[in-house]
Amino acid sequence: MDFDLIVRVYPFFIDAAGVTILLSALTALLGLACGALGAAARLSRFALARFVGATYVSVFRGTPALIQLFILYFGGPQIGIELDAFEAGVIGLGINAGAYMTETIRGAIISIDKGQKEAARTLGLSRWQAMYKIILPQAARLMVRPLGVNLNMLIKATALVAAISVVELTYTAQRYIGSTYKPFEMFLLAGILYMIIIYATGRAVAWLDRRVQIT
Amino acid sequence: MTDHKEFVQIRHAQKSFGALEVLKDISLTVERGQIVAIIGPSGSGKSTLLRAINDLDPLTGGEVWLDGVQVNRSLPFRQYEKHINQMRQDIGMVFQHFNLFPHMTARENVTMAPKMLKGLSKDEADALAREQLDKVGMLERIDYYPSQLSGGQKQRVAIARALAMKPKLMLFDEATSALDPELVDEVNQVMKKLAEEHMTMIIVTHEMDFAASVCDRVLFMDQGVVVEEGPPEVVFKSPEKERTRAFLRKHLEGAR
Ligand SMILES: Nc1ncnc2c1ncn2[C@@H]1O[C@H](COP(=O)(O)OP(=O)(O)OP(=O)(O)O)[C@@H](O)[C@H]1O
Ligand SMILES: [Mg+2]
Repeated sequence: MDFDLIVRVYPFFIDAAGVTILLSALTALLGLACGALGAAARLSRFALARFVGATYVSVFRGTPALIQLFILYFGGPQIGIELDAFEAGVIGLGINAGAYMTETIRGAIISIDKGQKEAARTLGLSRWQAMYKIILPQAARLMVRPLGVNLNMLIKATALVAAISVVELTYTAQRYIGSTYKPFEMFLLAGILYMIIIYATGRAVAWLDRRVQIT
Repeated sequence: MTDHKEFVQIRHAQKSFGALEVLKDISLTVERGQIVAIIGPSGSGKSTLLRAINDLDPLTGGEVWLDGVQVNRSLPFRQYEKHINQMRQDIGMVFQHFNLFPHMTARENVTMAPKMLKGLSKDEADALAREQLDKVGMLERIDYYPSQLSGGQKQRVAIARALAMKPKLMLFDEATSALDPELVDEVNQVMKKLAEEHMTMIIVTHEMDFAASVCDRVLFMDQGVVVEEGPPEVVFKSPEKERTRAFLRKHLEGAR
């Protein structure tokens, strides 16, 4: 184990970890937006919207994220979508994560006892009022943990964008292996940084989950 | 407010779930201030009938009228939603399992809908919550969450929540069936109080004694039809139909 080397390259890995964090954060935000839209579509009273939502979920969960990234980044220019690697990474992973989050959000919403909606509607609330005042606040509390799982998977999935040469942790590790021939140290260092990011995120999710529970 | 003698009117109600016909041509009239109890064996369609009144379970045939307005009018979707939301403000409903909003305190449960739908100010809503919770004897628990209340207390808050909309009609679907026996009475007392205030009520219940003590009329339903209907003295003491007698006999045995 070459500790000197680790000490020497470690600042560059910290920078790369910053890129991974930024990538994860943007992906998570886009994923949440897609997830919310997807869940709304899947729960819509319009059959067409439900179909679109279900198709979105099965396509993006039914194919490898790596292929989706390749299609977007390498195939995109052919159909007029010009994105730099980072943009393609965020958009590709965000849309992919959104498919998983769609199911998470939908699952939380439909698990709320239907008596809640009935009670709300009985008082005279509209569908939408019942949804945002009664169902969503309860479902949101149930979503925190499973969305935390989605987030965990999403952070790990950011490693895929190394394949389209976004300079994040995994790509940085690969690059330093090229010049140092020390894959063990380099991947270990990357792995530890991933673990720290994921551990911190997990703690944040657990904290949030405790905070939002109903008494 | 007009003085329709037929305050609530159900005309030829018919309801099917797929091939299963649950309500078969039921008609029922309730006058203002009247209290009607609906009894009958499990699966006879009591809940379905009650839930048809505020359109939670829309009828597949027939009409429901409240105070001169048809509840289940046929309108385009958006207009219908507006109409039914308006109608439902006048129809309070109390459920077997309370269905209180667990993320809200008793106060918030009571004031949520009036604030949202009637634009009450914070002070008005607060006064309303106190008034309604006091009425059901729950004022001291005004800032408790449902999870901190007993079943009977939950149900009383649920009644206060319904009353806060100042409904013209109250529907109770086995309001005490999910309660431990010692908690039943506190809820019954609240319902009796409403009866004394001449609230129009339709009560689905398994409690014959309670039904006999508060209601003006009893409806015995079986297999989607009204088998027998009349004042409680008659239906409970000397029913005409054999099916009613059999049900009451079985029920009394069950109670023992
Ligand atoms: N949503 C539904 N889909 C299909 N069948 C239903 C539905 N709701 C009720 N039913 C059926 O309709 C019949 C009447 O049900 P309902 O709940 O009105 O009976 P009930 O008299 O209230 O019985 P209980 O005393 O058990 O509450 C039952 O056979 C029931 O299985
Ligand atoms: Mg029932």
